[in-house]
Amino acid sequence: MAASPSDAIHRAAALRETLQASFRDEAVRSIYAEATRIARRAAKSSADRRFDFDQRIDRIVTSPVLGLPLMALLLAAVFWVTIAGANVPSAILANGFFWVEDQAATLFDRFGSPWWLTGFIWHGVFRGLAWVISVMLPPMAIFFPLFTILEDLGYLPRVAFNLDFLFKSAGAHGKQALTMAMGFGCNAAGIIATRVIDSPRERLIAILTNNFVPCNGRFPTLIMLATIFVGAQFAPSFASFAAAGAVVGIVIVGVIFTLAVSWTLSKTILRGEASAFTLELPPYRRPGFMRILYTSLIDRTLFVLWRAMLTAAPAGAVIWILGNIIVGGASLAQHTANFLNPLGHAIGLDGVILLAYIIAIPANEIVVPTMVMVYLGGGMMSDMDEFSDLKRLLVDQNGWTLLTAVNLMLFSLLHNPCATTILTIYKETLSKKWATIGALMPLSLAFIVTFVVASVWRWLA
Amino acid sequence: MSAHNCDTCVVTAELERMGVKLDRFDRVVALAGNPNTGKSTLFNALTGLKQHTGNWPGKTVTRAEGGFEFNKVRYKLVDLPGTYSLLSASSDEEVARDFLLFGRPDVTIVVADATALERNLNLVLQVCEITDRVVVAVNLMDEARRKGIEVDTRSLSKDLGVPAIGIVARTGEGVHTLLETVDGVASGTIATKPLRVEGTPEFRRAIAELVPLIEQAAPGVPNARWIAIRLLDGDAQVEEALATGRLAQLVNEQAQNVKRFSGKIALEGAQ
Repeated sequence: MAASPSDAIHRAAALRETLQASFRDEAVRSIYAEATRIARRAAKSSADRRFDFDQRIDRIVTSPVLGLPLMALLLAAVFWVTIAGANVPSAILANGFFWVEDQAATLFDRFGSPWWLTGFIWHGVFRGLAWVISVMLPPMAIFFPLFTILEDLGYLPRVAFNLDFLFKSAGAHGKQALTMAMGFGCNAAGIIATRVIDSPRERLIAILTNNFVPCNGRFPTLIMLATIFVGAQFAPSFASFAAAGAVVGIVIVGVIFTLAVSWTLSKTILRGEASAFTLELPPYRRPGFMRILYTSLIDRTLFVLWRAMLTAAPAGAVIWILGNIIVGGASLAQHTANFLNPLGHAIGLDGVILLAYIIAIPANEIVVPTMVMVYLGGGMMSDMDEFSDLKRLLVDQNGWTLLTAVNLMLFSLLHNPCATTILTIYKETLSKKWATIGALMPLSLAFIVTFVVASVWRWLA
Repeated sequence: MSAHNCDTCVVTAELERMGVKLDRFDRVVALAGNPNTGKSTLFNALTGLKQHTGNWPGKTVTRAEGGFEFNKVRYKLVDLPGTYSLLSASSDEEVARDFLLFGRPDVTIVVADATALERNLNLVLQVCEITDRVVVAVNLMDEARRKGIEVDTRSLSKDLGVPAIGIVARTGEGVHTLLETVDGVASGTIATKPLRVEGTPEFRRAIAELVPLIEQAAPGVPNARWIAIRLLDGDAQVEEALATGRLAQLVNEQAQNVKRFSGKIALEGAQ
């Protein structure tokens, strides 16, 4: 008769008694001893200067005093280059696209196409696409290569090293700093990266809090707000620095929330101690130029852009329909916005912004375009190519204040992750419960924080 | 991608990169190794794919598959997440361990970092415990040279009982020799006799008794010896996998994966 699994397991238990208790330790030890012996024979090392050089850099980059400020400075430099570099190409793209929209719409009209067809295709679908491309493409095409250079250079493990003590005191895994860094590109990618964390408890914490670093889909919103509300307060020559500083500020707020929520989770529903781990600091390596271009532009930029376009086209259509179906003297969009207004007002925003967030659940990239299109109703916006025009629209025509900008930044930072990310949480945890928590916990936190800020702000004013 | 210097000219003469075209292949080769030793870089150099690489341990968390043809033999290459040991538990390392144990690759290339040989050899020795067909690719030879470390691959081969080839995956140096060696080990023209930790006579007797029991309990399972060792050690996970039939399921899954693949896998790995 063939042996069953339990036969094998029982026999193994019995045989274990015949062995010395330490047999496995010895086997492991002998593997280590073999490895040492073989390596000593095969590898000969003479004095090295290069190694010293790496260590000297590390002593500065990971120093307890300079490590964190240097990191913030590097982050600020990356954002400054992104903001300063993206401005002009964004405007050029927007100009070009809206010119095309105008021409095409005129052409359609001339050939007698019904107004709703022209409107739906050109002022709806096409406009949505045009906004997403001109707002997102330039910053991504700058940010992703910079990020990839840092990644190739070997800077990410140093980030983890610098932040380790913070994550540890929050009861989380030090490698969460790595997955958090990946979240800057895309939260879904950051959540997949949590597979490097071996403790399920700490991995869940990393998954649930990844959303608190703004992904590339949300950076354009933050950059826009920082530019027109913070940058504009300063002299033009200093504006981009101030804007970059504001973006770094919001990122630091995000990291603080990551740590605070990790700490709360590790004290409540995911209780436990932080586990120890080893992380290698690899040598600094010269990044491969062509590879960086390929990885960051083809794979990352175009991948994210393509996804944004796939959601922007239908969103543009939805907005156009909502804006053009008139019931009782107002469009559906206005009705919905009016309905959401009290809630929006309570958290320092307004109904249109909330509507934009609802429409943008599939992808956060389209929040700003959605907002602007709802504000403008069915009207043209081909003159909306400058940030100053945008500011006029938001501040003068729709009553935005500094509070609106601050709270919108906070809301954008904290609110629920996009549909793709929620789906990724589900796929990685195989649990509807955690996917739901992963969506609702940030959303309620966003409402609470913005409500508190708005209340305090108004009370002080 | 690999530079166009003349180390690679020789390779490109006989190597055809086939990307994700994997409809037919003759051999399966696994790429294992510690984290951040350049497995994905070697994978890209051989398949012509653009698997994301990064200078940090833990970059690859899923397995990616690609194809290449060398000396008229078609290979499927499986890029695995880095792992320090076959006993590790994080889910990226599980992907690597399950494939090495149950995926039955024809040859396993263990990529080792020439600048940290001792630590890397631990995994090499563990892989040698479970399969005969191992080739060690000692990568980052250029970095080692810069650091003043000289690696004698002949001494390494002799001690390990399996071929060890020095390479620089970034430039393609040594990759041609590596492929010839993989070909030789797969076809049997290069005989290997991997170093194994023998253990005490009682230990050997216990293993000899358990292996047939395991083979009956989980038919078709490769590496019954490894499972026997885990059972003797009282590994609860392995006990459970055997008792619930999950082990047999795992073997089946890996076998299916050998046949079924698509560009999607490579794409998923790309993020």
